[in-house]
Amino acid sequence: MGTISLIKARKAFGDAVIIPGADLDIKDGEFVVFVGPSGCGKSTLLRMIAGLEDLTSGAIHIDGKDMTNEAPSKRGLSMVFQSYALYPHMSVRGNISFGLKMAGLPKAEIDAKVAKAASTLNLTEYLDRKPRQLSGGQRQRVAIGRAIVRNPEGFLFDEPLSNLDAALRVNMRLEIMQMHKDLGATMIYVTHDQVEAMTMADRIVVLNRGVIEQVGSPLELYNRPDSLFVAGFIGSPKMNLIQGSEAKKFDATTIGIRPEHLAISEKAGTWTAKIRLAEHLGADTFLHVDAGPCGMMTVRAEGEYDATADAKIFLTPEPSRIHRFDKDGKAIRK
Amino acid sequence: MATQQTRALGKLAVSPSVFALFMWMIVPLAMTIYFSFLRYNLLDPNPICSLLSPGALLDAENRCLAGITNYSYFLTDPAFFKAMGNSLKLVGWVLAISVVGGTLLALLLDQAFYGRGFVRIMMIAPFLVMPTVSALVWKNMMMNPVSGFLAYLFKLVGLQPIDWFAHAPMTAVVLMVAWQWVPFATLILLTSLQSLDEEQKEAAEMDGTPPLSYFWYIVLPHLIRPMTVVILIETIFLLNVFAEIYVTGTAGRAGNLPFLVYQYGLIANDIGGASAGGIIAVILANIVAFFLMRMIGKNLDA
Ligand SMILES: Nc1ncnc2c1ncn2[C@@H]1O[C@H](COP(=O)(O)OP(=O)(O)OP(=O)(O)O)[C@@H](O)[C@H]1O
Ligand SMILES: [Mg+2]
Repeated sequence: MGTISLIKARKAFGDAVIIPGADLDIKDGEFVVFVGPSGCGKSTLLRMIAGLEDLTSGAIHIDGKDMTNEAPSKRGLSMVFQSYALYPHMSVRGNISFGLKMAGLPKAEIDAKVAKAASTLNLTEYLDRKPRQLSGGQRQRVAIGRAIVRNPEGFLFDEPLSNLDAALRVNMRLEIMQMHKDLGATMIYVTHDQVEAMTMADRIVVLNRGVIEQVGSPLELYNRPDSLFVAGFIGSPKMNLIQGSEAKKFDATTIGIRPEHLAISEKAGTWTAKIRLAEHLGADTFLHVDAGPCGMMTVRAEGEYDATADAKIFLTPEPSRIHRFDKDGKAIRK
Repeated sequence: MATQQTRALGKLAVSPSVFALFMWMIVPLAMTIYFSFLRYNLLDPNPICSLLSPGALLDAENRCLAGITNYSYFLTDPAFFKAMGNSLKLVGWVLAISVVGGTLLALLLDQAFYGRGFVRIMMIAPFLVMPTVSALVWKNMMMNPVSGFLAYLFKLVGLQPIDWFAHAPMTAVVLMVAWQWVPFATLILLTSLQSLDEEQKEAAEMDGTPPLSYFWYIVLPHLIRPMTVVILIETIFLLNVFAEIYVTGTAGRAGNLPFLVYQYGLIANDIGGASAGGIIAVILANIVAFFLMRMIGKNLDA
């Protein structure tokens, strides 16, 4: 069914090598999220899978077949674009049915499929509107509708929610997850958003400058980052990274400890620190502290922590939660 | 322009130029309307009926006031219907050629090929040539039945060269004028093509759209607006084509309204009649413009 494999897939624009060579196996029905900093090649990789970008070398197998040089429409994949890319002069119905029309399906069948997709996505009453008469969320749904009706083996999403406001984003996130459950199709989802990545993914692929740094389930990446890059990228607020003499004590060049894995005490602890700033989020309080030789650190305190500026506190890391990295930024495992 | 005062000041500041522009437009128009009601012929042996004698209108028998004679004469002149037909034919054909040709050329120039920048610049060149010059070039170098380039091409493939101006004057004029206006259409349509959203192209690609359907369902709807703009602008200019007809001497069979006005005024020296013809041409052009504007307005709304 919808397995997707990249085999040494490489992409270069002229001299600029964007993806030096990616190997990845995506299982049927899996929800895979690509994350990474801006410009790291997430979109490029996704577009290579879609067939919108040629490979410089390597191969892409979809459903076990070599699709490296196949036209985008023949790959059995649908794509949802960041800007939706709806056809502005066509009605919602026209937009959703266009691919089916191009595939030459009979009219009755098209109508039935469009009606079904529209009712799943709550678009029935908007079918005769033009895209510009819709709200952002509705446009997004039309874009998804256009992808669904083709009944693809896999869906490709390129930051589909980045143009929506926070509340709508949460809604759409749930809808997409529900859709994944209902359809059971393979999905590849590109995002910047930590929360989207952690909550939606079966597996997360972390990209750094076109190189796949680590692939794993959200908790695997959170608990056992393979490299400094992944450690710093996954988790919010970011993991505290400590170098120098403190790290030496743990036989590492750098050690990392997440803000939520530091115990706070007013009496005693491993490190002393001075509170510089407190961010009150209600459920949590994030303290930005100056921990002397360890540098600036972020600490999570539960609930409403009554922090006075410049107050002295003691921090103790959970020993099992300390991540150690060597001088190349690779994780040192015991 | 935030406050009442600055707005008033602004109005005061622009008023001289508004006044000048208004006068610039209204004086010739008013004079033309005035002349169109006069029996005013430069060859008239009675010199009273000319602007130069202020007493003319006070003439006892009102000899110089023509009433609507000039208009009824112009409107019933068989030459008027022929000229109007020619005007419409010319506008219609040139519009058709420049919109279709412009679209095809724009599609071609939108592709990546070596030397595209240069070709794009050269493309617009015909539009910049003065109509008189272009007519001369076409007449003497392209369409001359003996030494013209087209005659040479015809002979090359074994055909009898056409004496364009004698046998197909309208076609010849249409070709010359279209040669000037296709680049204009191309330029506008090309800019519009380049503004077609890249992701839309890709969405169409994902939808598996074949090239012709892509053009029909995605590109053409995108081009409708610039096309109506091209049609509006070109119509207004094409109604005024004169040089090509004058230079090639094709007035006999391809003469249009402006040329008829010219014939009334400068060949027959009938200033009154020519003025009436001019006013009629203005009214007709306004009717056309009115309908075009409505059509475009609808398009811009949609
Ligand atoms: N057509 C192109 N020609 C040359 N370089 C390109 C082209 N398309 C993308 N790039 C480069 O490839 C790199 C990766 O781009 P890509 O769009 O994949 O990044 P991204 O990870 O999706 O970033 P973002 O999160 O900002 O969307 C960028 O450095 C970009 O400049
Ligand atoms: Mg991107």
